[in-house]
Amino acid sequence: MPFALRDPIRVDALLAEVVAPERGGTALFLGTVRRGPDDGPVVRIEYSAYPEMLEAEFTRIVSEAHARWPEARVTARHRLGDVPLGEASIAIAAAAPHRGDAFDACRYVIEEAKQRLPVWKREVLADGATVWRDNAGGRVMGGVPPGGG
Amino acid sequence: MAALRVRCRLFARYAEVVGREEVVLDLPADAVVADAIALLRRQVPRGDVLPERPLVAVNLAHVLHTERLRDGDELALLPPLAGG
Repeated sequence: MPFALRDPIRVDALLAEVVAPERGGTALFLGTVRRGPDDGPVVRIEYSAYPEMLEAEFTRIVSEAHARWPEARVTARHRLGDVPLGEASIAIAAAAPHRGDAFDACRYVIEEAKQRLPVWKREVLADGATVWRDNAGGRVMGGVPPGGG
Repeated sequence: MAALRVRCRLFARYAEVVGREEVVLDLPADAVVADAIALLRRQVPRGDVLPERPLVAVNLAHVLHTERLRDGDELALLPPLAGG
């Protein structure tokens, strides 16, 4: 199953991949699109990626989690394309025999994903302007298209 | 005569400022990633707008600027990441 998808993330499908009778703890993390701190009303956020590397990097991260927590099962999705405010852009599910490993594996994957996945987001504002944002909320290289602003 | 040819991909804001998503670079045999970026910034119109030390990947994995390149490699310049 590819990690990237363009439709809304189905949490039930994600959970079904990791939940099992021998795993008594399941942690689910959802990262949802939120309004930026400035620049006025955000209409939507467009996510784009380096798709081949996104799959490769996600595969490495999940493999690392499985190596560190061998009894855990972890899966994840990242949504690309237009994502409305309030909907999930990323989801991670981790299940393990006990809750500690489930929480730890889930936390590991989201933290590594934030640092490593080749994904970019562009805010589309109500006046049609667009702003590229990094993970700290900063504008990327001014964020204004060439010749603009 | 160039000793190795690298396909360089640009994404998101970097593709926007340069106006291209892909550039082919011909480099000497002993080239490292930093050499490819320097050439890209000289060779492509508006290339000098790109940062001198961007995040980079070779063949779908993050690498340092000291990484040696091989013929046929796919180099990618990655704008500041915003996944998650």
